[in-house]
This record gives sequence, C-alpha cells and structure tokens, in this order.
Amino acid sequence: MNAPTEFIEKWRSMRERKAFLALEDGTVFHGVSFGSPNDRVGEVVFNTGMCGYQEILTDPSYAGQFVTLTTAEVGNYGVNREDRESRSLFLNGLVIGDLTAPSNYRSTSSLIDYLKKNKIPGIWGVDTRSLTLHLREYGNKKAYLHVEDKPLKVEEAIMKAKAWEGLDGQDYAAKVTSKDSYNFSDAGHDAPLVVCYDFGVKTNILRQLSAFANVTVVPAKTSADEIIAMKPDGIFLSNGPADPAALPYAVKNIKLLLGLAPIMGICLGHQLLALSLGAETGRLKFGHHGCNHPVKNLKTGKVEITSQNHNFAVKLESVPKIMEVTHINLNDQTIEGLRHKKLPAFSVQYHPESCPGPHDSRYLFAEFKKMIMGK
Amino acid sequence: MKRKDIKKILLLGAGPIVIGQGCEFDYSGVQAVKVLKREGYQVILVNSNPATVMTDAFKRNKEEADKVYIEPLLPEYVEKIIEKERPDALLPTLGGQTALNLAMELARSGVLEKYKVEMIGADDKAIDRAEDRDLFKKAMQELDLDMPKSGCAHDLEEVKAVAKEIGTWPLIIRPAFTLGGTGGGIAHDEKELLEIAGAGLDASLKSEVLIEESLIGWKEYEMEVMRDKAGNAVIVCSIENLDPMGVHTGDSITVAPAITLTDREYQAMRDDSIRVLEKIGIATGGSNVQWAVDPRNGRRVIIEMNPRVSRSSALASKATGFPIAKIAALLAVGYTLDELRNDITEKTPACFEPALDYCVVKIPRFTFEKFPGAETKLGTQMHSVGEVMAIGKTFKQAYLKAVRSLEAPLAYHDEETFDPWFKNELKELKAFREFLSTFTLDTIPTDVLLQAKVMGFSDKEIAHELKAEEADIRAKRKALTIHPVFGAVDTCAGEFEAKTPYYYSYYSFEKQQEQPIKKTKKRIMVLGGGPNRIGQGIEFDWCCCHAAFALKEKGFEVIMQNSNPETVSTDYDTSDKLYFEPLTFEDVMEVYEKENCDGIIVQYGGQTPLNLAARLKAAGATIVGTTPEDIALAEDRDFFKQLVSDVGMKQPVSGIAHSVKDAAKIAEEIGYPVLVRPSFVLGGRGMAIVSNAKELDRYVGEAVAASEGNSILIDKFLENAVELDVDCISDGEAVVIGAILEHVEAAGCHSGDAAAITPPVSLKPQVISEIRRYAEIFAKRLRVVGLMNLQLAVKNDELWMIEVNPRASRTVPFVSKAIGVPLAGYAALCMVGYKLKDLGFTEEKAPKCYCVKEAVFPFIKFKGAAIDLTPEMRSTGEVMAIGSDPMEAYYKSQQAAGSPLPKSGKIFVSLKDEDKLDAIPLVQKLVDMGFFIYATLGTSTCLWNHGIKSTGVYRVSKGRPNAIDYIREREIGWVVNTSESGMEPADDHFRIRAEAVAAGVPVTTTIDGLRYAVSALERELGEADIPVRNL
Repeated sequence: MNAPTEFIEKWRSMRERKAFLALEDGTVFHGVSFGSPNDRVGEVVFNTGMCGYQEILTDPSYAGQFVTLTTAEVGNYGVNREDRESRSLFLNGLVIGDLTAPSNYRSTSSLIDYLKKNKIPGIWGVDTRSLTLHLREYGNKKAYLHVEDKPLKVEEAIMKAKAWEGLDGQDYAAKVTSKDSYNFSDAGHDAPLVVCYDFGVKTNILRQLSAFANVTVVPAKTSADEIIAMKPDGIFLSNGPADPAALPYAVKNIKLLLGLAPIMGICLGHQLLALSLGAETGRLKFGHHGCNHPVKNLKTGKVEITSQNHNFAVKLESVPKIMEVTHINLNDQTIEGLRHKKLPAFSVQYHPESCPGPHDSRYLFAEFKKMIMGK
Repeated sequence: MKRKDIKKILLLGAGPIVIGQGCEFDYSGVQAVKVLKREGYQVILVNSNPATVMTDAFKRNKEEADKVYIEPLLPEYVEKIIEKERPDALLPTLGGQTALNLAMELARSGVLEKYKVEMIGADDKAIDRAEDRDLFKKAMQELDLDMPKSGCAHDLEEVKAVAKEIGTWPLIIRPAFTLGGTGGGIAHDEKELLEIAGAGLDASLKSEVLIEESLIGWKEYEMEVMRDKAGNAVIVCSIENLDPMGVHTGDSITVAPAITLTDREYQAMRDDSIRVLEKIGIATGGSNVQWAVDPRNGRRVIIEMNPRVSRSSALASKATGFPIAKIAALLAVGYTLDELRNDITEKTPACFEPALDYCVVKIPRFTFEKFPGAETKLGTQMHSVGEVMAIGKTFKQAYLKAVRSLEAPLAYHDEETFDPWFKNELKELKAFREFLSTFTLDTIPTDVLLQAKVMGFSDKEIAHELKAEEADIRAKRKALTIHPVFGAVDTCAGEFEAKTPYYYSYYSFEKQQEQPIKKTKKRIMVLGGGPNRIGQGIEFDWCCCHAAFALKEKGFEVIMQNSNPETVSTDYDTSDKLYFEPLTFEDVMEVYEKENCDGIIVQYGGQTPLNLAARLKAAGATIVGTTPEDIALAEDRDFFKQLVSDVGMKQPVSGIAHSVKDAAKIAEEIGYPVLVRPSFVLGGRGMAIVSNAKELDRYVGEAVAASEGNSILIDKFLENAVELDVDCISDGEAVVIGAILEHVEAAGCHSGDAAAITPPVSLKPQVISEIRRYAEIFAKRLRVVGLMNLQLAVKNDELWMIEVNPRASRTVPFVSKAIGVPLAGYAALCMVGYKLKDLGFTEEKAPKCYCVKEAVFPFIKFKGAAIDLTPEMRSTGEVMAIGSDPMEAYYKSQQAAGSPLPKSGKIFVSLKDEDKLDAIPLVQKLVDMGFFIYATLGTSTCLWNHGIKSTGVYRVSKGRPNAIDYIREREIGWVVNTSESGMEPADDHFRIRAEAVAAGVPVTTTIDGLRYAVSALERELGEADIPVRNL
C-alpha cells in the first residue's frame, strides 16, 4: 500500500458512511462524521452561499439548526481569527458535501479542528443536492444527526427527530443573547449612542454601527424602561434565531420604545418591529438562506444582491397601514423591508451587514445614521 | 425598458477562428441575434467566418439575422454596409476584440457619426478607458486600486526607461490592442526585454506596450460582471486559475467557483470588480475583471478588464447557466436586469448571482505538435486552440472528467506552481490510483469500486489500475447497478426548480430514486466534437447544431452531448436537452441509456464521435445514417483501393507500410515524391510529402507516432494537380452534390489549409459530369446515408481519386452558405428516414456568386515554427468571400484573412527552380502594375534574363542588406517565397517567412497563390469600389 495513511483512513470512513442525518419524514442521508462526535437534534436548512462558512458557523441566528451548505467544496480556506460573527458557534451541526484541507494565507485552523474545539458535530460526504431538493420539495425538516461512534438504529433516530419540539414557538433568542450588557465600541464623546438589543446579534452589525456611534449591547429581555434610562440616540433590533412569535416581551418593549429614538431592525429585529405594529409573521416553506437573493428597493428601483437567512417572514396582507413596504424579494415577492410612515423606524428582512455575502446594502446603516443625526 | 427609438441593429462578428478568439463568439453572436429578433429588432450581421451559426441565412424560425453579410471585417466594408443598410445602432461587444477594434476604428474615423449610428453596449470612451493602458491605469488609481508597478512605452528608448524605473526583474511585457496577448512575454534581462518589447510594439495597433512588475506565481482570478443602465450589477461567476500569474488565462486550467478565497476576500474582490465597471463607464453588458493575489499576504492587484463579452464569459455562461451574451444584448437595448427573467427557473429574475452546487474545471487544449520547433513553455502569450469544460459534484470529479474530455495527454502545466489546495487534491487522486492498483477485477470490493466512481475515475482508468479491460469494469458496474446521477445546471444550487434541461453527471454513494423519463417523441442524440483543435473545430459544431435544428423542427427530441464550452451546440437553447459531458464511450452510453434514445448521430462531430461509433453500436446504441462499418470501410485502404479500381477510377499508386523498413521499400517501388500519412487521423496529422529516402525515414517515424499503432499509407504524389473537395448528401437512394470546390493551391497542401473556390473555375464540363457520376457511385457503394466528402485531383483533365470521407467535412458550412442550403440539417433528416425528395433538395444548386474560402494560420503565435503549407493542416480558421467573379472573391478573401494584397510597393520574390518559368509572366504583370521587385540573386538573374528588372538582395546567410533587413525596415510589403523550406530554423526561407509573419507582411508560398493574387490585383486595381452583398 503506497497511499499515505491519512488518505487510507479518510477513504475507509467515506466507504463506511457510519454517520447519518435522519429526517422526521423518514428520509436518511449518510455521510462521515467530523468535528465533535456528539449526536444532536435540530432543524435542517440549506444555504446556497458559495463561501462564508465561518461566518455562518458563528451566526447566532442558526441556533437550533443543522446547516446544509450546497456549495461543492467546504473547508477549502480554513478558518481564521477575523471572520467570526459572534463569540461562539450556535448552530446544531454542519452538513456538507466535500470536505477539504485549507489553503489561505489567513487560515489559522482547519474546519475540522474548529468544529471539534467548539463542540459542534458535522457530517460530510452527504449528497447535499439530493438533500436540498428534498427540503425544497417538502420544506425544512426536523432531524437527528448521528455522528457518535456507538451504533444507532435509523428508526430510533427518526423517532427522536419526530419527538423533538422543533423551533416553532421557541424563544431561541433567550438562549443566544448576551447575559450582560456591554459597550462594543467607543466612537468618542460626540458620537451618538446606539443601544442594540441582542437577540443573537452578528458582530458585523456592531462594526457597522460603531462606524458612527457608541454601541451598547443589551440582553434580549432588557426592559424598555432600562433602555429609556440609557438615553439612546438610536435603538437597534438585531437579528436572531427562530420564531419571532415566541418573543412577546420584545414586542412589548418595542411598542414602548417606538418614537423615542430612531429604530432600525434586521431579520428577527425586522419581524419584531412589524409584530409590534400589528403585523403577523409566518413560516416560509424552506426559508431564504444564501448570498444571492435579489431585493428591490422600491424607492430607488435599484436591485441589491443580498445576504439572507430566515425561515419566518412578515405576511404581506398583515402589514398595517402605518407601515410601508420599502423592499421586496424579486424571487418570491416576499417583504424584505418596512418603514414606519410617521415615526423614524425601519427594518429589513435581509442582512445589509453581510458577512457572508455582498455589500450592496450597506447604505442602510448610513440611512440609520442620518435618521439619528437629523433627529 | 426596451428602447423603441432604435429599430435596426448592426452586429459585428469576430471573423475567423484564431488563437485567442475562438468559436465562443459564435455562441455569443447567436444568442444576441436570437434575442434581438425576438424583441422585434431588425438585425444586420457582418462576419467573414462562414462556419458560424450566426451567419446562417436559411430562414430558420426567425432565429437568424435579417441580413447576413459575409464580408471582410474591415472598416471600408463595414462602412459600405452601413451606407446600404443605415442601421440605428452598432453592437460591438459580442464579437471579441476584432469587433471592438473595428467599432473603434469606425467611431474614430467618423463613420458612425456620419451615418448617425449609435454604439450600444459600450461607448468608445469606455472602450478606450479599458483598453488604453495609461487611461486604465489612471482610472484604477482614482479608485485607489492596487496595481503592479508599470509604465507604457511607445519605442525601445521608452522601454528602457520604464524598466529602469520599476527596478526589478523579471518584467512582463503586454502590447495594447491585440488579441490573445500576441507579442507579449516575460523578460528576465535587458536583451530579452528589447526583443519582446520590439515584437509587442509591432503587434500593437497603437505601437504601445505595457511593461510591468512581475507577479509570476501569484494567484489569478477572474470575475464575470453584468451591469445595467440603472447601475444594477451582478457577479455571474468567479473563476480561479490553477496555473498562476505568468501563464495566460486562456492557457490556464481554471476552476469555478473560486476555491481559496474567504467570503471577506471574495466580497472585496466583488465590490472592486463592480466599481471597476462603473469607473470605466460600462453602462450595460458583461465584462470580466482579472485580479492577481499574492498568496503570501493577500495583496490584491488588478490586472485588466475586458469591456465586452469574452472567452471567459462563454465559460461562465456554460458553467452557471446564466446566458451572459443574451442578457448583454438585452441590456444594450435598454432593459434592466430586474426586467429580465432567468431562463433556467423561468420564475426568478435575471438580476441575481448564480449559486453553484458543483465544481467546474476548464482545461485548454494545445497543438504544439503541429508546430515543431516552437517553444512549448506556457507564458503570457496564448497558445491553446481549444478547451474542454467539465462539471462535477467535487473538484476531483470535475478535474478527472475534464482530463478525459481532452482527448490528449495533459501536458505543459506545471503542477508545482499550483496552490497547495489543488496540489493536495491531485495528490489524493494519485494516491487513490495507487490504492486501486492493489486490487484486481476479482478482489475489488463493491464499495471501493463505487468510491472510485464517486472520486471521478472512468471505467477505463479503473480498468487500467486493476489491469483489467474497460468492458469488465462496465459489466461489473452494471451488474451492481452503479450508475451516475444527473444534476441540473440550475443557477440556484437547487433552490428553485430548473425548467431548462441542462445536465451533468456525478456519482453518489447515496442510492437515488429512479426518476423515469417521460418520452413522447422520438429521441435522437447528437454527439459534438469535443475540444476545438486544428482539423476539428467550429465547422463540426455547426453541423451538430444544424442536426439539432432540423430534427427539432421535424418533431424529434434532440439530446446534445459535448464537452466544449465555446460552442453553440452547448447552448441550452440549441437542443432539447443538453448533457455537458465528456465524449467517451462510457459517458455517452450512460446518457444514451438513461434517455432511452432511438438513435445517435456520430458523423457530425469530427473524429471524436466516429472513434466511438463501433463500440456504441456494439453496446446496443442505434447509429443513424451511414453505418460505422461503412465509414470504416472507406478508411480501409485495401477495400477502398479495390473499390476505386472496380468503378474504373484512377488513383495514385499506393501501399501500406507497417514498419519503417516496409515504408522505404514501398516508396522505392512507387517512386518519389510520395505522400505519407497515418490512417485514422484528422487534419493531416503526420502527413507529409517526401522526395527521398532520407526524408522518408524521418517522417515515417512521426507518422507512426501520430497514428497510435495504425498503419502508414504511402501514395504516389500527384505533382501540379488541381485538388477538389466535393461535398454531397445522400438519403440512401438519391445523391445530390452540394458543391465542388476547386483548390487554389496544388495538390499536396492540406485541403483544410488550401484556399478554395466554388463554382470551380478551371474544370471542363465533362470533368464535372464525371465528378457527379463518381459521387453517386461512391455514395451508393459505401451505402452513405448523410454527408459524404470526396477529395479528388484533376491532372490533364483526368480525375483521380484521393479519398472519400462518408461523414461531415470541414467544408459543409461553407458550401451550405454558398448554395443557401443547410446541408447538415438535410443530411440529419436523411439519417432518420427522410428522403431528399421530401426535403425538396433533388438537384445540385449553383452558387449565386463566386465564393472563396481562405484559411487563417496561427504562425505568429508559434515563434520558431516553419511557415509553409504542407499536407499537415495547421490553419485554425477560415474566412469566406463572395464576389461576382473569381478574382474579386479571391481578393476579398485575402483581405478578410488578414493578409490583404498590397496595391503598390516592393515585393520580395524568391522562387524555386521549377516555378521560375511559370512565374516570369506573373512577375512581369506585377512590374507593369508598378510594383518594385526585390529578389534573391538566383531569382534576380532569371528575371533579368527575361527582361525584368529587379533589385538583388543577399541571401540571409550570405550578407546584408538581405530580405530580413528589408522586412524589418518595412521596405517590403509582400513576400513571395515558393522555395520549399526545410524544417531547420537556420534555413533562409524559413527565417524570411517567419520575419514576414511576425511583421504582418503577407506571404505567398505557392505559385498557384501567386497566380490568383496577380489576377486578383489585375481585376481590382482599376476599380476603387468592391461591392458588398448579403446572403
């Protein structure tokens, strides 16, 4: 045998395909375990972005989910110290096709080691296209990821997937939010203060805000009174995981804060703002997860290629008269942006902070700044 | 919104296929024509290349241009067309650099303004900013983009000054305004610098070269960007090169999407690419932006941008399913991206960025073997003549599929220079081969076999490692029901349903649910030709496309399979279903069986599918048209020799040799000169005329190498015969001649390289009727159903048979255009049972005008190679010219081919002894026309003896001033050199021709060529105005 042992071992595990992802509907996808060898339950979603796996791994919005990356090669540029989007990894597991060794001048670790260190399981060698087409057809599914060494019957895994309570109606923001408030940046005495509700905030949002503001991050359940006491010049409602309908406390706080200071919301924050004004949210069949969704700015007519990650959306028919739709998704005409007609408050469903994804929508932070400065 | 103020659009094509500008511009032109017609515009098309689908004028479903001009792509001709047609707009961005340069000339000379023609797609200012080195640099500096240290120079003094300022070696030299990097290079010292920069200054239309800091070894990326007038911009595709900076992108192995970039780096590159388009002022359309990244620290510099659809755009379109050319055309007429629909999903808009859930690998195809003596090291000058693309679920799958699509060994790339990621992947593939070789057919476990397939290995490769036969692996695989899965190229990684059936195969460990394919129509598969190469190019793709058009129209479902991303056949619109797959037995059979086809056409893709025919048939595929057995019979020398003598036709004495010794004996018997050639090759590979035993020794060695163990054919060479190409069509009963082409050059020059004219000009009527008679006899004897090409020679009014090819030939598109009948389409219908009678094609159709086909050669790219016309084909492309008489057509053809005959000035003449007498009256005519003659001493003496004055010049090796000095000083405007050049570079003639080619001076190498040239000049000199004609 001339082949190096590293390969021999890899090939053997590829053939054995002991790990599997069992969906609640009984469909099973096999693969090879990597990362942390601990079984988990979660909801399977797919993301069509072609790079940016480190940002996805560290995005708190993926809490409770198994993320399937549709792109062909993963691990290819390793992981580094800069491209993190939060303090930790929040997803339940990573599902990929090909797993390869890293090559990039910034890489400090391989994807395998990164998952191991952060106790996240992964499965590779999966026919992600079949899995994706299945999810497209039947919607996102609850699933059980089996990556442990000790054998497990497929039927048992399917039962466990079925038995899991799922994400609907679950308050995952409470699980990922910061325990305490903290100052993210200090832009100087003259800079305005933006208080950011952390429902699972991505770091690049904070980076964008701190370009013009002092940013104080507060836990998801911080009361409106506490916020008012901080005398913010702007209030930011962050992105976050799971179901907006499970956060009545946040809706209540936002209602109290509306009009006190300009408000901007992203993703979950967008849904919460809409809920606080009387709109409803609902689940999309398989959500939007990727970096290539065209969104039209109805005011300018310009199209932005956007980064998206959400399973829930504001229902068009439920939008109250006091709000106007500012952005729509050109793929499926769903709402991507709302604005209060009277008060300084607006929000977008997608991710103008990107990371991963295109930077086309960064202007929204400038608009927020203008709102604050013009106050 | 669509512009209503323009009604008529002039579209410029790219002209003949040359290195750096291949059939990708037919693909883009076809898309543009189709979509502009659909939008209700009138389209006027100009292109000199008859082998393109875009120049079709067969009244096909309103998919063709309203008027097609097959005319030289030169300002004077286009101006005449503009004057005649009065278009409102000119779209110059879809015909490569040729169209762009031509449009710029028309803009600068005021023609566009004079006739109020608006340039759409890109304006002249934007083109200038992108193409002019200084303007580009300034624009990039204003964007604060990092660039390699560099400077522009317009003469050698400036070259030195710039080099001094940069201060590091090596230096890269790039000429401005050229194709495919002609004249560029890498200089390691001042001597090399002056040499390369000198050639570059000559090659540049503006005598301008850029000299810059070397980025050799840096990683190279390309971004394909689309932008509309509203400022919406999308990246269609990112491409990463395996061969790093220092190797021309066209010669690099490339992969899509980019592999070794993080999102942060990718998005920064994306932002900057879009900013570059904005800055340059590309209001609408597709452009590509090239970047280099230092692998050590990520420093990124911009290399260049093309303000037009490019080779990479074609690749990006095929790789993603996003039709760049089509969308670019729509944007040019005023649409915005959000107003356009994504064809593939039919639901989502075109304003998005394709997401790939697969990997795409492109590998260039080289033909260095055709140019012995030329340097084979890859550099900044492009040398590849074609490319393959393959799609896999992983890089490994795509890479292996691309390698086996290449139909040639993978060579010339230096793996050591690849990024470690790719090296690691290749290392694993190599290791897996070794692992496989530890098994045999009997011991290999099922899961290991499956793994080999998932890894991407072909049955043949697995068989090689197991020391088994490919058929064994196939049988085993079938028994185990290991078959590929077919993934869709859907632009969205599966997020939305794909409506357009464009597929690739991959193997998966996961058992797939059988999806039965609904079948309502008869299903015919058409096999393409694989990568373009000399001898097998766009002409065959044209035939494949026409098979698809004709069969679709008659209600068949057409399944296309090909591996060439440049082609029209691999446009998802051409057939009903497209499989972007290698053309190997295994890959074809998997598709054939999966699609449950009713028949397969193998005679249109050149030698590639023909080589598979017998095996496909044996495996159960139904070959429609002439049977593989009959095709093989025509190649069987003994059978064919007998057949020719049975029908009472003359043929050159011939023999078959199986060894070098054999060959010498046979040649001796036949008598020199003889023509030697290997059987079963296209493009005359290894074919040569040898006149003595010593030469024979050398050439037979080559012929053996080229024929891969097949026999070598030795024929008596017919000196000074007129060669003919006859293309005909047969439905199995009736036989109709498409056209008879008379070669300008005498027999001995490869038919693909010879200029040819139809209708023939020197044939007596009885010879023509003999040709008709024999065509029918051979078609019947060989049971031809489909196309047949006869190669004949005429000497002293007697007809000689050279060969019969019962398949599509290179001249089919030319002939089809000359007579206005789509022969390949008709022949395809014959193959599935139609009769010529049903098609209304029962009689030979005379061309309306004289049509000349002239070949175009890549000699300028192969420094050090011999320049002469031989039995080995070396042209990359062809032009067609149409005239009311033969000479007008010939004259035009020389202009179209890029070597226009000078109307005055100095001619260098050097003749071989046997040509001298024939040449005297011709030279006399040239003198009468006012030309001055320079001649070598021998020729000069001969001319003197016949009363023609000439200036004698030294032989190159004997003294100065000699011909080379005069060529360099631009003293001589035309080289007539009929002396046979040996293969040794020291040879005088060799050097003279090489210098002339490098200097862009027309070279005539045969007495026949001279005869035509003189007649053409006689015909045209008095007339200032040559008319233009649409088909």
